[in-house]
Amino acid sequence: MVDKSLELFDSGHRACGGCGAALAARLVLKGAGKNTIVVSSTGCMEVFSTPYPETAWKVPWIHSLFENAAAVASGVEASLKKQGRTEKVVIMGGDGATFDIGMICISGAFERGHDFTYICYDNEAYMNTGIQRSGATPYDASTTTSPAGKCSFGNKRPKKDMPQILAAHGAPYVATASVAYPADLMQKVEKAINTKGPCYLQVHAPCCTGWGFEGEQTIAIAKLAIETGLWVNFEMIDGKVAKVKKVVRKPVEEYLKTQKRFRHLFKPKRQDAEIAAIQAIADRNAEKYGIDIKLKKE
Amino acid sequence: MMEITEGSHAIAKIVARCRPQVVSAYPITPQTHIVEALADYVADCKLDADYITVENEMSALSACIGASAAGSRVYSATTSQGLALMFEACFNAAGMRLPIIMSIANRALGAPLSIWNDQQDSISLRDSGWLQFYAEDNQEATDMHIIAYKVAEDHSVLLPVFVCFDGFILSHTYEPVDMLPQEDVDKYLPKFTPYEKLDAEDPISFGMYATPEYYHEFRYEIDRAAKRAADVYRAAAKDFAGMFGRDYSGLIEEYRMEDAETAIVAMGSICGTIKDAIDEMRDAGKKVGLVRIRVFRPFPDKEIAQALAKTKRVAVLDKNISLGSKGAVALEVKDAMYGKTIPVLNYILGLGGRDVRKRDIAAIVALAEKGEGDMFYGLRKEVL
Amino acid sequence: MGLAVGCRAKPGKARDNRTGSWRVFKPSFDRGKCTKCGMCMTLCPEGCIHQTEEEFVEPDYTYCKGCGICAEECPGEAIAMKQEEK
Repeated sequence: MVDKSLELFDSGHRACGGCGAALAARLVLKGAGKNTIVVSSTGCMEVFSTPYPETAWKVPWIHSLFENAAAVASGVEASLKKQGRTEKVVIMGGDGATFDIGMICISGAFERGHDFTYICYDNEAYMNTGIQRSGATPYDASTTTSPAGKCSFGNKRPKKDMPQILAAHGAPYVATASVAYPADLMQKVEKAINTKGPCYLQVHAPCCTGWGFEGEQTIAIAKLAIETGLWVNFEMIDGKVAKVKKVVRKPVEEYLKTQKRFRHLFKPKRQDAEIAAIQAIADRNAEKYGIDIKLKKE
Repeated sequence: MMEITEGSHAIAKIVARCRPQVVSAYPITPQTHIVEALADYVADCKLDADYITVENEMSALSACIGASAAGSRVYSATTSQGLALMFEACFNAAGMRLPIIMSIANRALGAPLSIWNDQQDSISLRDSGWLQFYAEDNQEATDMHIIAYKVAEDHSVLLPVFVCFDGFILSHTYEPVDMLPQEDVDKYLPKFTPYEKLDAEDPISFGMYATPEYYHEFRYEIDRAAKRAADVYRAAAKDFAGMFGRDYSGLIEEYRMEDAETAIVAMGSICGTIKDAIDEMRDAGKKVGLVRIRVFRPFPDKEIAQALAKTKRVAVLDKNISLGSKGAVALEVKDAMYGKTIPVLNYILGLGGRDVRKRDIAAIVALAEKGEGDMFYGLRKEVL
Repeated sequence: MGLAVGCRAKPGKARDNRTGSWRVFKPSFDRGKCTKCGMCMTLCPEGCIHQTEEEFVEPDYTYCKGCGICAEECPGEAIAMKQEEK
């Protein structure tokens, strides 16, 4: 068991107040413990935590480029193995680095079967460069490159199913987590780093600046994502879903209404068809993962 | 021990004797024989390294970056398109001050696609912070790898090195090569001592970003290290000469330059042909010499200026072209000769594997004597 | 003295950046209502809420950005956000 009271991500970092990703970094390090080497890709987290010489990382940390963290980690892991060292290798990449630009690199590293844990902090767009859409941006979210407009409801595609893609690579442990459930998140990190082989953990990390809400709402919104079925917390062991967070589902609009990125679905007029399409995504998630708690008949 | 062996195999054997702990490479013609041979050594437990079979060159170099930062001696090899794909990681490895050694079996860059030799690939990375050594033959290509590790890993340098040799012309040619045995390589090249490493016992952050308050100075520091590498190289090559008899300690090599009126400047295997051509021209009474650039980065401008000071004309032969300008070597030689009245003429030749023969060298010398230069040499008639 | 080779640094320096100066609203903790559950400590993105000797919690205002997550998530409503007086 790692000592979860250790603070390995230092105060003084430059994340926005209420940043979901900063909280994710803190919790991931608590789950991983100090015998960890972190490999970061370029992105918000890398930038807010390491302007020279003010590093917030109290564990060894390396950043090379945007797209290559999984390959850098492959090299770190190979080197540790040859030296007979015991540190765990943890990658921290944003959704852009993971779903898009780093995809080849991640696929290669997972196929080779390196012993590392890849953690994607998923804030569902390129936040560092100013909120452009990524492969992780949800359906209808308005971003600076998928703006809502007179003939657009925002992002035209649903989120890429990254966990399934990596499970298909034969990853022994694939899971999702959320900053709203910190104990679960830390536990999953610990489980992943202690599972031999390439493991993947995708952490929902709301971004107040990018999604358009007040910083104090980060946890509440992350919770709503789970409660509406738009984010599912699950664990897959050897490709099979082993555990799922069940909920009494709320309608998706309770989640959508809290964020400016979905405001065009309600103003100037309510877009029932679009909201229904998003509800259908949640319904499919619910069916696929069996998240609904069946209430007893009254 | 003298062996008749293919260039690639000689290089692979010596690289293995340098004991890299992590090898990471992606196959590309004409580099493949090197990495195949290394894979064989690992498979036969002759090399105690982790061979990472990456999915592309970007990842090949990235894995080397990670392994080097974690404290291992590392090795990669590539060429041409592969090197171009590594472009971003090349700048990154140098800026992060990681002593990675990479063999470059020099090859042309597309388009049009060409698997044959010129030096456009490594030359195009001249601003990246990698030191660049160019070998004339397989003996030198082989020995250079050992020296490269010594220079790169010196704590006053800490920069990566391209060891360049012409693809096919050297990589696939059988020549006699005196292979240093393991104990000699061990004697010359000590165990890798990283300057700093990723280590949970003593955490450090690698690859932070620099604000405008610091970036300028970091680039200055890299440039200074690259320039310091000149002396470190000389000393390392002198040590090598002292131990094994082969002297590569000049950043340039002068051939029959003592009274030369026409000096040729070139790099790589073409210099063997040039030396033969010079011998023939000398026999015919022409005073021609060669300045061969062995170390292109750091650029030996003072040595070149001094070597060329008493000539009447200089012909720089470039197996590359900075399109819209001149050959890269010529541009830098002209800079080294700034303020002098000696004409420096540039000839682009041998691109994409076009053969360069002794008679071509003689023809270029004749052109230089007429003052005709700054041209593509030997073009087909239909483009004239 | 030159810069660190390769733009590297050892831990500790982030604390030079006193992010408390960003704060507009300041959390104030009511010990009467605090149940010492530790939720605020866990959820603080700055990691700047600590336990006192009596196991009450206390933020380090040097770094607290005043995001308000602690106040929003406190199950006992023991934390209130008040306009910063500067």
